Amino acid sequence: MIPTLAGRLQTRIFLLATVGVVLTALVVPVLPGTTGSPARTYATAYLILLAVAVLGLGWELVYHLLMQFRWDKDWPTIFGLLTIVPEGLLVWVLLDLGMIPGVPGPVAFSTFAVMFGFVWIGQWLFVNGPIRVFFVQWRLRGGRVV
Amino acid sequence: MLHEAGIPVHDVPFVSVGGGLGSFIMTDVLRICGVPTSSIKVLSNSDTPWQTWEYLTRASQLPPGERIRSDAGARPDNIWGFPSYAVHEAWQDRSPKLLWQVLVEPILTDFFSPRAATVFATVKREADRISYWDMLAKGQVRMVRRRAGGGYFTLLTPPAGTAPTKRVAIRSQYVHLAVGYPGLKFLEDLQRFRETYDDYHRVVNAYEPHEHVYESLKKRPGTVVVRGAGIVASRVLQRLMDDRERYGLHTQIVHMFRTFVTGPHGSGPWMRRPGGDGWAYQAFTFPKSAFGGQLKAQFRRLEGEKRAALAKAVGGTTTPKLRRWQEQMRQGRQGNWYHPIQAVVDKVEPAPDGRLVSHTSSNDGGYGRYVSDFIIDCTGLEADMPEHRVLADLLEHGGARRNGAGRLAVGENFEVTGTASGGGALYASGAAVAGNHFPAVDSFLGMQTAALDIAADLARRGFCADLGPARSFGQWLKWVTGRPV
Repeated sequence: MIPTLAGRLQTRIFLLATVGVVLTALVVPVLPGTTGSPARTYATAYLILLAVAVLGLGWELVYHLLMQFRWDKDWPTIFGLLTIVPEGLLVWVLLDLGMIPGVPGPVAFSTFAVMFGFVWIGQWLFVNGPIRVFFVQWRLRGGRVV
Repeated sequence: MLHEAGIPVHDVPFVSVGGGLGSFIMTDVLRICGVPTSSIKVLSNSDTPWQTWEYLTRASQLPPGERIRSDAGARPDNIWGFPSYAVHEAWQDRSPKLLWQVLVEPILTDFFSPRAATVFATVKREADRISYWDMLAKGQVRMVRRRAGGGYFTLLTPPAGTAPTKRVAIRSQYVHLAVGYPGLKFLEDLQRFRETYDDYHRVVNAYEPHEHVYESLKKRPGTVVVRGAGIVASRVLQRLMDDRERYGLHTQIVHMFRTFVTGPHGSGPWMRRPGGDGWAYQAFTFPKSAFGGQLKAQFRRLEGEKRAALAKAVGGTTTPKLRRWQEQMRQGRQGNWYHPIQAVVDKVEPAPDGRLVSHTSSNDGGYGRYVSDFIIDCTGLEADMPEHRVLADLLEHGGARRNGAGRLAVGENFEVTGTASGGGALYASGAAVAGNHFPAVDSFLGMQTAALDIAADLARRGFCADLGPARSFGQWLKWVTGRPV
């Protein structure tokens, strides 16, 4: 990817609002370690997704800063995959501390890990190709959707 | 006037002059945007869109099986760049290694780049799919002139014997120029040598066929002076080194850098380009973000001197730092048969034994004298714009003007400034429009960028459909399944 800052922020929100929402809907019924009603699990999952989006805007600022040290001002494909580690850890820690607003109760690590990993890999695959099928100018405009 | 001169006039709404990859990509985008073949003519000397490119790559030591300097997602046959050439070749070769490469590039491996042959084959397939051959009209374009009633006349000389008249004129609303390089220019001292001594054997340009140099070195050990620091210099070096290894040759290589880069260079930690051993290293012809990211946005924002300063900072001759070739150079330096030096050549003369003597001076004030059997000029200097007949005419009579870089000034939609004619428009893409709002014009992705921006402008004018998500998806499905547009 060769994003601009605006492109990063737009892509992050767009992806979570589309691919993220769909993949979450698909994965929730098969998540391990869940307790309570499906409605409750869905609510929790979407709150986590929202948290990833909000925190993600901050992360994008950090990535953009780091990218400035690269001559090509690019963001290699593998970075988009590996950033699952810091981002996932931060969300998990906040979740574990009960600091994600609205989440009704404790969430098992296995539940979180499967959901987060599934959505992350899905959106990473989507952004590395299929997004261009719909938005042919996306890659030529630094990842801006609009 | 045309009528009086007995020149027949044909009407076609859109004409693309050139017939190389630039014209091909433009027509590809227009066909995808719903324009029928009957509304487009490509005027060209070339039989195929890849003909000139194939000639240049082959001469400059990139035969079809070699990998070119281009990104996996830059596919002239596929405006979406998906699936990328890496996926294409991985599938074709049944090689997951290529997928791994594109996954971890450029951190753990070199950037993936496609084979030249992959580009030829896929462009051929796409040309068939969009019925490119139906739009192609062979001939030499003489000039493009504005028409009193709006639009343009393009004057074409068809190949002898193929048309009843010597010239034909095409009346169109829109013209697109993708004429490539105006021509190649030689280093001045080498041109002087060639003309003075009429020697075109020992002093060669890397963009001309020069296979005789490598053949001669196989028969008799010799010394070669290589001049230049770009991709072609590194390809020529690799060929010399490969031959040395493969055939057990004893070729000595003197490599002259006008600017010898000793390490990372730039204005600060945020603008530092890798370099060393003479070379400035960069994966592609521009930093990657110039093709569509941060640098592209910066260029668009800046104007005049500030834009020129940025162009200077990120421009210049570079080559990709490829692992295998780095190892060869290291061996060459250790084995004392590869000699990289900083030198400016003052003159070249024949030695008494018929070999060549290069008289040089260096930045530290020293003078040198290097005897060699051959000199290969890899500097790839481009000729000036007016060397091209159509561009020269356009500057003189068509209202076009030059930008600060000496190329055609164009607006953000690639319309050539000053050439509007009634409701018609004249666009240009490729090398002729360097130095404007978009730096990477002379690349696959650059030509696609121009074509998409031109098509967007034409959609606004009502000539073609807008390429929104629905059309884009539908057309991509057709591409994948190989159905006509």
